[in-house]
Amino acid sequence: MFEQGTVLYEIWVSRWALLQGLGVTVLISLLAIVLGTILGVFVGLVLVYGRWVSRFAVRMYVDFVRGTPVFVLVLASYYLLTQIGIQLTAFQAGLFALVVFCSTHVGENLRGALQSLPRGQTEAAKAIGLTFPQIFVYVLAPQALRQALPAWINTATEMVKASTLLSVISVAELLLVTKQIVARTFMTLEFYLLAGLIYFLINYAIERAAKAAERRVALPS
Amino acid sequence: MAQPILRIENLHKKFKEVEVLKGVDLSLETGDVVSIIGSSGSGKTTLLRCVNMLEEFHQGRILIDNEEIGYSGPQHKARKESEIARQRAMTGMVFQQFNLFPHMTALRNVTLGLTKVKKLTVVEANAIAEKWLARVGLSDRSNHYPGQLSGGQQQRVAIARAVAMNPKVMLFDEVTSALDPELVNEVLNVIKDLATEGMTMLLVTHEMKFAFEVSDRVVFMNQGRIEEEGPPEDLFRSPKSQRLAEFLKSSKF
Repeated sequence: MFEQGTVLYEIWVSRWALLQGLGVTVLISLLAIVLGTILGVFVGLVLVYGRWVSRFAVRMYVDFVRGTPVFVLVLASYYLLTQIGIQLTAFQAGLFALVVFCSTHVGENLRGALQSLPRGQTEAAKAIGLTFPQIFVYVLAPQALRQALPAWINTATEMVKASTLLSVISVAELLLVTKQIVARTFMTLEFYLLAGLIYFLINYAIERAAKAAERRVALPS
Repeated sequence: MAQPILRIENLHKKFKEVEVLKGVDLSLETGDVVSIIGSSGSGKTTLLRCVNMLEEFHQGRILIDNEEIGYSGPQHKARKESEIARQRAMTGMVFQQFNLFPHMTALRNVTLGLTKVKKLTVVEANAIAEKWLARVGLSDRSNHYPGQLSGGQQQRVAIARAVAMNPKVMLFDEVTSALDPELVNEVLNVIKDLATEGMTMLLVTHEMKFAFEVSDRVVFMNQGRIEEEGPPEDLFRSPKSQRLAEFLKSSKF
Protein backbone atom coordinates (compact mmCIF):
# COMPACT_ATOMS: atom_id res chain seq x y z
CA MET A 1 0.00 0.00 0.00
CA PHE A 2 2.64 2.50 1.06
CA GLU A 3 6.27 2.35 0.10
CA GLN A 4 8.36 0.32 2.46
CA GLY A 5 10.43 2.39 4.89
CA THR A 6 8.10 5.40 5.08
CA VAL A 7 6.30 6.39 8.28
CA LEU A 8 2.90 5.65 6.83
CA TYR A 9 4.08 2.18 5.90
CA GLU A 10 5.30 1.49 9.42
CA ILE A 11 2.08 2.82 10.91
CA TRP A 12 0.15 0.55 8.59
CA VAL A 13 2.26 -2.40 9.58
CA SER A 14 1.77 -1.63 13.27
CA ARG A 15 -1.92 -0.76 12.99
CA TRP A 16 -3.20 -3.72 14.98
CA ALA A 17 -0.65 -3.27 17.73
CA LEU A 18 -1.49 0.42 17.95
CA LEU A 19 -5.23 -0.23 18.04
CA GLN A 20 -4.75 -2.85 20.71
CA GLY A 21 -2.68 -0.42 22.77
CA LEU A 22 -5.33 2.21 22.32
CA GLY A 23 -7.96 -0.30 23.41
CA VAL A 24 -6.03 -1.12 26.58
CA THR A 25 -5.54 2.58 27.35
CA VAL A 26 -9.24 3.30 26.90
CA LEU A 27 -10.23 0.26 28.96
CA ILE A 28 -7.89 1.11 31.83
CA SER A 29 -8.93 4.75 31.87
CA LEU A 30 -12.62 3.94 31.70
CA LEU A 31 -12.45 1.35 34.48
CA ALA A 32 -10.30 3.62 36.62
CA ILE A 33 -12.72 6.52 36.21
CA VAL A 34 -15.87 4.48 36.81
CA LEU A 35 -14.57 2.44 39.75
CA GLY A 36 -12.62 5.39 41.16
CA THR A 37 -15.72 7.56 41.01
CA ILE A 38 -17.88 4.98 42.78
CA LEU A 39 -15.28 4.58 45.52
CA GLY A 40 -14.71 8.34 45.56
CA VAL A 41 -18.37 9.07 46.25
CA PHE A 42 -18.11 6.97 49.40
CA VAL A 43 -14.87 8.71 50.32
CA GLY A 44 -16.54 12.09 49.92
CA LEU A 45 -19.63 11.10 51.88
CA VAL A 46 -17.56 9.79 54.78
CA LEU A 47 -15.44 12.96 54.77
CA VAL A 48 -18.57 15.09 55.12
CA TYR A 49 -21.00 12.97 57.10
CA GLY A 50 -18.89 10.24 58.73
CA ARG A 51 -18.37 9.87 62.45
CA TRP A 52 -15.01 11.11 63.57
CA VAL A 53 -13.26 7.72 63.60
CA SER A 54 -14.20 6.83 60.03
CA ARG A 55 -13.67 10.42 58.97
CA PHE A 56 -10.20 10.40 60.44
CA ALA A 57 -9.29 7.09 58.76
CA VAL A 58 -10.54 8.23 55.36
CA ARG A 59 -8.84 11.60 55.78
CA MET A 60 -5.52 9.79 56.35
CA TYR A 61 -6.13 7.63 53.28
CA VAL A 62 -6.88 10.67 51.12
CA ASP A 63 -3.93 12.72 52.33
CA PHE A 64 -1.54 9.80 52.03
CA VAL A 65 -2.58 8.89 48.49
CA ARG A 66 -2.69 12.46 47.30
CA GLY A 67 0.71 13.10 48.77
CA THR A 68 2.22 10.21 46.84
CA PRO A 69 3.17 10.35 43.14
CA VAL A 70 0.88 8.15 41.03
CA PHE A 71 4.00 6.52 39.65
CA VAL A 72 4.97 5.35 43.12
CA LEU A 73 1.43 4.09 43.69
CA VAL A 74 1.62 2.04 40.51
CA LEU A 75 5.00 0.52 41.44
CA ALA A 76 3.90 -0.11 45.00
CA SER A 77 0.71 -1.89 44.05
CA TYR A 78 2.62 -4.04 41.54
CA TYR A 79 5.62 -4.95 43.68
CA LEU A 80 4.45 -4.55 47.28
CA LEU A 81 1.07 -6.25 47.07
CA THR A 82 2.85 -9.42 45.92
CA GLN A 83 5.04 -9.23 49.01
CA ILE A 84 2.01 -9.40 51.27
CA GLY A 85 0.58 -12.30 49.33
CA ILE A 86 -1.86 -10.57 47.01
CA GLN A 87 -1.17 -11.86 43.54
CA LEU A 88 -2.35 -9.41 40.91
CA THR A 89 -1.56 -9.28 37.22
CA ALA A 90 0.19 -6.16 36.01
CA PHE A 91 -3.11 -4.95 34.58
CA GLN A 92 -4.96 -5.50 37.84
CA ALA A 93 -2.22 -3.93 39.95
CA GLY A 94 -2.02 -0.89 37.71
CA LEU A 95 -5.78 -0.50 37.65
CA PHE A 96 -5.88 -0.80 41.43
CA ALA A 97 -3.39 2.05 41.79
CA LEU A 98 -5.35 4.27 39.42
CA VAL A 99 -8.68 3.53 41.11
CA VAL A 100 -7.22 4.44 44.49
CA PHE A 101 -5.73 7.62 43.06
CA CYS A 102 -8.96 8.55 41.31
CA SER A 103 -11.10 7.90 44.40
CA THR A 104 -9.16 10.38 46.52
CA HIS A 105 -9.55 13.11 43.93
CA VAL A 106 -13.24 12.46 43.42
CA GLY A 107 -13.77 12.20 47.18
CA GLU A 108 -12.01 15.42 48.00
CA ASN A 109 -13.77 17.18 45.16
CA LEU A 110 -17.19 16.00 46.32
CA ARG A 111 -16.41 17.00 49.89
CA GLY A 112 -15.53 20.49 48.76
CA ALA A 113 -18.67 20.78 46.65
CA LEU A 114 -20.95 19.60 49.46
CA GLN A 115 -19.35 21.82 52.05
CA SER A 116 -19.49 24.88 49.83
CA LEU A 117 -23.29 24.73 49.70
CA PRO A 118 -24.84 27.43 51.89
CA ARG A 119 -26.18 26.20 55.22
CA GLY A 120 -29.46 27.88 54.37
CA GLN A 121 -30.16 25.19 51.78
CA THR A 122 -30.24 22.48 54.43
CA GLU A 123 -32.19 24.70 56.81
CA ALA A 124 -34.83 25.57 54.24
CA ALA A 125 -35.19 21.89 53.37
CA LYS A 126 -35.48 20.98 57.06
CA ALA A 127 -38.05 23.73 57.56
CA ILE A 128 -40.49 22.14 55.12
CA GLY A 129 -40.13 18.85 56.96
CA LEU A 130 -37.76 16.86 54.75
CA THR A 131 -35.73 14.12 56.43
CA PHE A 132 -31.97 14.04 55.99
CA PRO A 133 -31.91 11.41 53.20
CA GLN A 134 -34.51 13.44 51.31
CA ILE A 135 -32.54 16.64 51.82
CA PHE A 136 -29.45 14.96 50.45
CA VAL A 137 -31.14 13.45 47.41
CA TYR A 138 -33.34 16.36 46.36
CA VAL A 139 -31.49 19.43 47.56
CA LEU A 140 -27.79 18.88 48.26
CA ALA A 141 -26.64 16.25 45.76
CA PRO A 142 -28.04 17.91 42.63
CA GLN A 143 -26.26 21.14 43.52
CA ALA A 144 -23.02 19.49 44.63
CA LEU A 145 -22.79 17.37 41.49
CA ARG A 146 -23.17 20.43 39.29
CA GLN A 147 -20.36 22.10 41.19
CA ALA A 148 -18.15 19.04 41.13
CA LEU A 149 -18.54 18.40 37.42
CA PRO A 150 -15.68 20.56 36.06
CA ALA A 151 -13.16 19.14 38.52
CA TRP A 152 -14.40 15.63 37.81
CA ILE A 153 -13.73 16.08 34.09
CA ASN A 154 -10.28 17.24 34.99
CA THR A 155 -9.77 14.07 37.02
CA ALA A 156 -10.99 11.94 34.12
CA THR A 157 -8.41 13.41 31.76
CA GLU A 158 -5.76 12.98 34.45
CA MET A 159 -6.60 9.28 34.59
CA VAL A 160 -6.06 8.92 30.84
CA LYS A 161 -2.67 10.53 31.21
CA ALA A 162 -1.79 8.53 34.30
CA SER A 163 -2.58 5.29 32.47
CA THR A 164 0.72 5.75 30.58
CA LEU A 165 2.54 4.98 33.83
CA LEU A 166 1.36 1.40 33.56
CA SER A 167 3.82 0.92 30.69
CA VAL A 168 6.50 0.62 33.34
CA ILE A 169 4.94 -2.49 34.81
CA SER A 170 4.59 -4.00 31.34
CA VAL A 171 0.93 -3.33 30.69
CA ALA A 172 0.73 -3.16 26.90
CA GLU A 173 -1.17 0.11 26.68
CA LEU A 174 -0.65 2.70 24.00
CA LEU A 175 2.64 4.11 25.29
CA LEU A 176 4.32 0.72 25.73
CA VAL A 177 3.18 -0.36 22.26
CA THR A 178 4.59 2.87 20.88
CA LYS A 179 7.91 2.23 22.62
CA GLN A 180 8.05 -1.24 21.12
CA ILE A 181 7.40 0.10 17.64
CA VAL A 182 10.06 2.77 18.11
CA ALA A 183 12.53 0.09 19.19
CA ARG A 184 11.85 -1.77 15.97
CA THR A 185 11.69 1.13 13.49
CA PHE A 186 13.86 3.78 15.19
CA MET A 187 11.25 6.34 14.11
CA THR A 188 11.34 7.98 17.51
CA LEU A 189 9.89 11.38 16.77
CA GLU A 190 7.19 10.15 14.43
CA PHE A 191 5.67 7.53 16.68
CA TYR A 192 5.85 9.50 19.89
CA LEU A 193 4.17 12.34 18.04
CA LEU A 194 1.48 9.94 16.91
CA ALA A 195 0.96 8.68 20.46
CA GLY A 196 0.81 12.24 21.74
CA LEU A 197 -1.78 13.10 19.13
CA ILE A 198 -3.93 10.12 20.09
CA TYR A 199 -3.81 11.02 23.81
CA PHE A 200 -4.72 14.56 22.91
CA LEU A 201 -7.71 13.38 20.85
CA ILE A 202 -9.00 11.16 23.67
CA ASN A 203 -8.83 13.97 26.20
CA TYR A 204 -10.20 16.48 23.73
CA ALA A 205 -13.20 14.21 23.17
CA ILE A 206 -13.71 13.89 26.94
CA GLU A 207 -13.59 17.63 27.41
CA ARG A 208 -15.98 18.35 24.55
CA ALA A 209 -18.47 15.81 25.86
CA ALA A 210 -18.11 17.21 29.35
CA LYS A 211 -18.59 20.80 28.21
CA ALA A 212 -21.79 19.73 26.52
CA ALA A 213 -22.90 18.02 29.71
CA GLU A 214 -22.05 21.13 31.73
CA ARG A 215 -24.18 23.28 29.46
CA ARG A 216 -27.05 20.83 29.77
CA VAL A 217 -27.13 20.96 33.56
CA ALA A 218 -26.35 24.68 33.86
CA LEU A 219 -29.00 26.65 35.73
CA PRO A 220 -30.64 29.49 33.83
CA SER A 221 -30.11 32.89 35.32
CA MET B 1 -59.99 31.56 76.71
CA ALA B 2 -58.87 29.59 73.67
CA GLN B 3 -55.98 27.14 73.77
CA PRO B 4 -52.78 28.71 72.54
CA ILE B 5 -51.56 27.23 69.25
CA LEU B 6 -47.96 28.04 70.12
CA ARG B 7 -46.71 28.07 73.68
CA ILE B 8 -43.12 28.79 74.67
CA GLU B 9 -42.34 28.14 78.33
CA ASN B 10 -39.21 29.18 80.18
CA LEU B 11 -36.95 28.72 77.15
CA HIS B 12 -33.21 28.69 77.80
CA LYS B 13 -30.57 28.42 75.09
CA LYS B 14 -26.80 28.49 75.36
CA PHE B 15 -24.17 28.81 72.65
CA LYS B 16 -21.18 27.24 74.40
CA GLU B 17 -21.05 29.22 77.64
CA VAL B 18 -23.04 32.21 76.49
CA GLU B 19 -26.68 32.12 77.42
CA VAL B 20 -28.61 33.81 74.61
CA LEU B 21 -32.11 32.99 75.82
CA LYS B 22 -32.63 33.35 79.53
CA GLY B 23 -36.12 32.08 80.15
CA VAL B 24 -38.57 33.21 77.51
CA ASP B 25 -42.34 32.75 77.83
CA LEU B 26 -44.62 33.51 74.92
CA SER B 27 -48.04 32.34 73.77
CA LEU B 28 -49.85 32.75 70.48
CA GLU B 29 -53.47 31.92 69.85
CA THR B 30 -54.75 30.94 66.44
CA GLY B 31 -54.78 33.99 64.20
CA ASP B 32 -52.38 36.00 66.35
CA VAL B 33 -49.76 38.08 64.61
CA VAL B 34 -46.85 38.77 66.92
CA SER B 35 -43.74 40.74 66.02
CA ILE B 36 -40.50 40.42 67.90
CA ILE B 37 -38.32 43.52 67.89
CA GLY B 38 -35.02 44.25 69.57
CA SER B 39 -31.42 45.03 68.78
CA SER B 40 -29.14 42.42 67.22
CA GLY B 41 -27.89 39.90 69.74
CA SER B 42 -31.06 40.15 71.80
CA GLY B 43 -31.94 36.55 70.90
CA LYS B 44 -34.98 37.15 68.71
CA THR B 45 -33.79 35.16 65.69
CA THR B 46 -32.56 32.37 67.95
CA LEU B 47 -35.99 32.21 69.55
CA LEU B 48 -37.61 31.81 66.15
CA ARG B 49 -35.12 29.14 65.12
CA CYS B 50 -35.81 27.17 68.30
CA VAL B 51 -39.49 27.01 67.42
CA ASN B 52 -38.54 25.36 64.14
CA MET B 53 -35.89 23.14 65.79
CA LEU B 54 -33.10 24.65 63.71
CA GLU B 55 -31.48 25.32 67.08
CA GLU B 56 -31.40 23.00 70.05
CA PHE B 57 -32.35 24.37 73.42
CA HIS B 58 -31.40 23.20 76.85
CA GLN B 59 -34.31 23.98 79.08
CA GLY B 60 -37.94 24.82 78.76
CA ARG B 61 -40.66 23.62 76.44
CA ILE B 62 -42.18 24.63 73.16
CA LEU B 63 -45.65 23.32 72.37
CA ILE B 64 -47.46 23.60 69.09
CA ASP B 65 -51.08 22.62 69.24
CA ASN B 66 -50.32 20.97 72.60
CA GLU B 67 -47.55 18.81 71.16
CA GLU B 68 -44.09 19.24 72.65
CA ILE B 69 -41.59 20.15 69.95
CA GLY B 70 -38.16 18.57 69.63
CA TYR B 71 -38.02 17.05 73.08
CA SER B 72 -40.26 15.05 75.32
CA GLY B 73 -40.84 14.59 79.00
CA PRO B 74 -39.37 16.26 82.06
CA GLN B 75 -35.94 14.80 81.17
CA HIS B 76 -35.85 17.00 78.08
CA LYS B 77 -35.10 13.95 75.95
CA ALA B 78 -34.41 14.74 72.28
CA ARG B 79 -36.85 13.24 69.83
CA LYS B 80 -35.90 11.09 66.87
CA GLU B 81 -34.77 12.88 63.72
CA SER B 82 -37.75 11.59 61.73
CA GLU B 83 -40.16 12.85 64.38
CA ILE B 84 -38.48 16.24 64.46
CA ALA B 85 -38.78 16.40 60.66
CA ARG B 86 -42.52 15.78 60.96
CA GLN B 87 -42.83 18.43 63.66
CA ARG B 88 -40.91 20.96 61.61
CA ALA B 89 -43.62 20.75 58.97
CA MET B 90 -46.09 22.09 61.58
CA THR B 91 -44.39 25.45 61.24
CA GLY B 92 -43.44 27.29 58.07
CA MET B 93 -40.27 29.33 58.02
CA VAL B 94 -39.21 32.16 55.76
CA PHE B 95 -35.57 33.17 55.91
CA GLN B 96 -33.68 36.40 55.52
CA GLN B 97 -31.69 34.96 52.61
CA PHE B 98 -34.74 33.34 50.88
CA ASN B 99 -32.89 30.01 50.60
CA LEU B 100 -34.77 28.89 47.54
CA PHE B 101 -33.43 25.75 45.90
CA PRO B 102 -31.55 27.17 42.90
CA HIS B 103 -31.81 24.00 40.80
CA MET B 104 -35.59 23.93 40.87
CA THR B 105 -38.21 26.15 39.25
CA ALA B 106 -40.41 28.31 41.46
CA LEU B 107 -43.14 25.70 41.10
CA ARG B 108 -40.87 22.81 42.08
CA ASN B 109 -39.62 24.78 45.06
CA VAL B 110 -43.19 24.91 46.31
CA THR B 111 -44.18 21.35 45.39
CA LEU B 112 -41.11 19.60 46.86
CA GLY B 113 -42.48 19.51 50.40
CA LEU B 114 -45.98 18.74 49.19
CA THR B 115 -44.91 15.65 47.27
CA LYS B 116 -42.13 14.37 49.55
CA VAL B 117 -43.44 15.28 53.00
CA LYS B 118 -47.21 15.43 52.50
CA LYS B 119 -47.01 12.66 49.89
CA LEU B 120 -49.44 14.39 47.55
CA THR B 121 -49.52 13.44 43.89
CA VAL B 122 -47.76 15.75 41.47
CA VAL B 123 -51.11 16.91 40.10
CA GLU B 124 -52.44 17.81 43.56
CA ALA B 125 -49.18 19.46 44.54
CA ASN B 126 -49.05 21.51 41.35
CA ALA B 127 -52.58 22.74 41.91
CA ILE B 128 -51.78 23.89 45.44
CA ALA B 129 -48.48 25.44 44.38
CA GLU B 130 -50.08 27.32 41.50
CA LYS B 131 -52.77 28.63 43.81
CA TRP B 132 -50.17 30.00 46.23
CA LEU B 133 -47.90 31.38 43.55
CA ALA B 134 -50.94 33.24 42.20
CA ARG B 135 -51.65 34.48 45.69
CA VAL B 136 -48.17 36.02 45.97
CA GLY B 137 -48.56 37.47 42.47
CA LEU B 138 -46.17 35.17 40.63
CA SER B 139 -48.37 33.00 38.42
CA ASP B 140 -46.37 33.99 35.38
CA ARG B 141 -43.07 33.08 37.05
CA SER B 142 -43.81 29.51 38.10
CA ASN B 143 -41.42 28.02 35.54
CA HIS B 144 -38.60 30.44 36.30
CA TYR B 145 -35.55 29.45 38.28
CA PRO B 146 -34.57 31.48 41.36
CA GLY B 147 -31.62 32.91 39.43
CA GLN B 148 -34.09 34.48 37.02
CA LEU B 149 -36.11 36.21 39.73
CA SER B 150 -35.57 39.44 41.65
CA GLY B 151 -34.94 39.31 45.39
CA GLY B 152 -38.51 40.33 46.13
CA GLN B 153 -39.88 37.69 43.80
CA GLN B 154 -37.63 35.03 45.32
CA GLN B 155 -38.82 35.91 48.80
CA ARG B 156 -42.44 35.71 47.67
CA VAL B 157 -41.78 32.24 46.24
CA ALA B 158 -40.21 31.33 49.59
CA ILE B 159 -43.36 32.50 51.37
CA ALA B 160 -45.49 30.44 48.98
CA ARG B 161 -43.25 27.43 49.63
CA ALA B 162 -43.81 27.76 53.37
CA VAL B 163 -47.54 28.51 53.44
CA ALA B 164 -48.35 25.83 50.85
CA MET B 165 -47.48 23.25 53.51
CA ASN B 166 -50.45 24.57 55.50
CA PRO B 167 -48.48 25.08 58.71
CA LYS B 168 -50.12 25.89 62.03
CA VAL B 169 -47.74 28.79 62.62
CA MET B 170 -45.70 30.85 60.16
CA LEU B 171 -42.29 32.12 61.20
CA PHE B 172 -40.70 35.07 59.43
CA ASP B 173 -37.04 35.79 60.16
CA GLU B 174 -36.11 39.34 59.06
CA VAL B 175 -37.50 38.54 55.64
CA THR B 176 -36.88 41.97 54.15
CA SER B 177 -33.41 42.63 55.53
CA ALA B 178 -31.61 41.30 52.44
CA LEU B 179 -33.83 43.14 49.97
CA ASP B 180 -33.27 46.34 48.04
CA PRO B 181 -35.45 49.08 49.55
CA GLU B 182 -37.77 49.27 46.56
CA LEU B 183 -38.53 45.54 46.83
CA VAL B 184 -39.43 45.54 50.52
CA ASN B 185 -43.05 46.54 50.12
CA GLU B 186 -44.07 43.83 47.69
CA VAL B 187 -42.97 41.27 50.29
CA LEU B 188 -44.54 43.06 53.25
CA ASN B 189 -47.82 43.36 51.36
CA VAL B 190 -47.93 39.60 50.85
CA ILE B 191 -47.39 39.08 54.59
CA LYS B 192 -50.09 41.61 55.46
CA ASP B 193 -52.43 39.85 53.10
CA LEU B 194 -51.81 36.54 54.88
CA ALA B 195 -52.20 38.19 58.27
CA THR B 196 -55.64 39.57 57.45
CA GLU B 197 -56.59 36.09 56.29
CA GLY B 198 -56.16 34.90 59.88
CA MET B 199 -52.85 33.08 59.63
CA THR B 200 -50.94 32.71 62.89
CA MET B 201 -47.60 34.45 62.58
CA LEU B 202 -44.48 35.10 64.57
CA LEU B 203 -42.21 37.63 62.93
CA VAL B 204 -38.77 38.95 63.67
CA THR B 205 -38.46 42.31 61.99
CA HIS B 206 -36.60 45.58 61.81
CA GLU B 207 -39.45 47.24 59.94
CA MET B 208 -41.03 49.15 62.81
CA LYS B 209 -43.78 50.70 60.75
CA PHE B 210 -44.73 47.30 59.43
CA ALA B 211 -44.65 45.75 62.90
CA PHE B 212 -46.91 48.53 64.12
CA GLU B 213 -49.43 48.03 61.32
CA VAL B 214 -49.59 44.28 61.10
CA SER B 215 -49.19 43.05 64.69
CA ASP B 216 -51.76 42.20 67.32
CA ARG B 217 -48.95 42.22 69.83
CA VAL B 218 -45.33 43.32 69.80
CA VAL B 219 -42.61 41.74 71.89
CA PHE B 220 -39.46 43.65 72.73
CA MET B 221 -36.52 41.42 73.47
CA ASN B 222 -33.39 42.50 75.25
CA GLN B 223 -30.41 40.38 76.26
CA GLY B 224 -32.20 37.06 76.01
CA ARG B 225 -35.36 38.11 77.82
CA ILE B 226 -38.68 39.57 76.91
CA GLU B 227 -38.50 43.06 78.29
CA GLU B 228 -41.88 44.30 77.24
CA GLU B 229 -44.91 42.87 75.51
CA GLY B 230 -48.23 44.34 74.48
CA PRO B 231 -50.36 45.90 71.76
CA PRO B 232 -48.29 47.89 69.26
CA GLU B 233 -49.98 51.17 70.22
CA ASP B 234 -48.81 50.79 73.82
CA LEU B 235 -45.27 49.66 73.04
CA PHE B 236 -44.52 52.18 70.35
CA ARG B 237 -46.38 55.19 71.81
CA SER B 238 -45.68 54.75 75.50
CA PRO B 239 -42.84 52.34 76.20
CA LYS B 240 -42.55 51.48 79.88
CA SER B 241 -38.91 50.47 79.99
CA GLN B 242 -35.95 52.73 79.48
CA ARG B 243 -34.34 50.26 77.06
CA LEU B 244 -37.34 50.07 74.74
CA ALA B 245 -37.55 53.86 74.68
CA GLU B 246 -33.88 54.03 73.70
CA PHE B 247 -34.30 51.28 71.12
CA LEU B 248 -37.25 53.00 69.50
CA LYS B 249 -35.44 56.31 69.43
CA SER B 250 -32.47 54.77 67.63
CA SER B 251 -34.49 52.86 65.04
CA LYS B 252 -36.06 54.24 61.94
CA PHE B 253 -39.81 54.41 61.88
